[in-house]
Amino acid sequence: MHRIALMRRLTAMLHDEAVIGGIGNTNFDLFAAGHRPQNFYMLGSMGQAFPIALGVALAQPRRQVIGIEGDGSLLMNLGCLATIGAVAPANLTLIVMDNAAYQITGGQPTASAGSVDFVAIARGAGIARSDWARDPDDFVRLVEEALRLSGPSLIGARIDTAAAAGQPPRDPAQIRDRFMQAMGARQDFGTSRG
Amino acid sequence: MPSASAKAWPAIVLETLKANDVRLAVYVPDKILIPLIDGVEADPFFTALCATREEEGVGICAGAWMGGLRSILMMQTSGFGNTPNALASLAVAYQIPVVLLISERGALGEFNVGQVWSSRVVAPVCAALGISHHAIDRLEDVEFILDRSIKQAIATQSPVALVLSPLLTGGKVFAA
Repeated sequence: MHRIALMRRLTAMLHDEAVIGGIGNTNFDLFAAGHRPQNFYMLGSMGQAFPIALGVALAQPRRQVIGIEGDGSLLMNLGCLATIGAVAPANLTLIVMDNAAYQITGGQPTASAGSVDFVAIARGAGIARSDWARDPDDFVRLVEEALRLSGPSLIGARIDTAAAAGQPPRDPAQIRDRFMQAMGARQDFGTSRG
Repeated sequence: MPSASAKAWPAIVLETLKANDVRLAVYVPDKILIPLIDGVEADPFFTALCATREEEGVGICAGAWMGGLRSILMMQTSGFGNTPNALASLAVAYQIPVVLLISERGALGEFNVGQVWSSRVVAPVCAALGISHHAIDRLEDVEFILDRSIKQAIATQSPVALVLSPLLTGGKVFAA
């Protein structure tokens, strides 16, 4: 599957859901599929997309929250699956974009090129509703199901190593401020007074 | 040492967190922090959760803040050493007021040499990242330092690190 094609299918399904995009190509293609203020794009902090998404989900229990992480990033922070399995937030969906490579650093293979199965790991961590998407239509079906049903879900998508279709501006203050406004956690003070 | 009739430091911390509407408590376990961990786990005011790693806690607390929920992140000094990349590239870069409450190992009677060296990274890392950091070593300072630090972190959109000294907590002593 192609990352950008899946991101476009995902973006087309969304309403007011929060989406946290992990570093590198994951958030690049999330942005390229169509920016929305409810999207948060990471610039560093590799492996933190799912923890950030968990924090947003705890803060906003009535909003569906989606975290999107690459395989290399998730391998750096596998413990977060155990935390999410234990907390079992009702409103959190995890998507793993797995191309079995550290693509942005030159394509070195990750452990998922060999023995690692993220869906099996997630199930073992207590995230029972964890599945590999068989094809783009199945990916859409799994996302729809995850957003409809209560409890955490993980969706694995095996993708190719196509380059990202764009990149968000590297302006963390603006990314954070607009995201918080979209969450209703911060108000713009306006462009004029009076 | 405080008198037996004085309110203990953990009770003051919990009251100060409540007074500042800090409702999410994320921790990686530590023996000195037991009364705080037990306190937040027992009190329905708090959502308490145990992270597998301190760096993960920075991410959880950052997400909670962006969603409108205030939090505290509790760890020991050795665990602080797991946080610098997340502090630098997430909390500092995105101006997110993550509040760290750190139990100090490695000083004033430490028996484990590993704790001694790992504890020494806290102040230099905070200084390098421009993160305000304070030691709390007297019972009468607990409320002031914690309350003012939470308020300043939020007002200035900056993380802050507070270190609970053995002078306050008694520290962890070797069980011979």
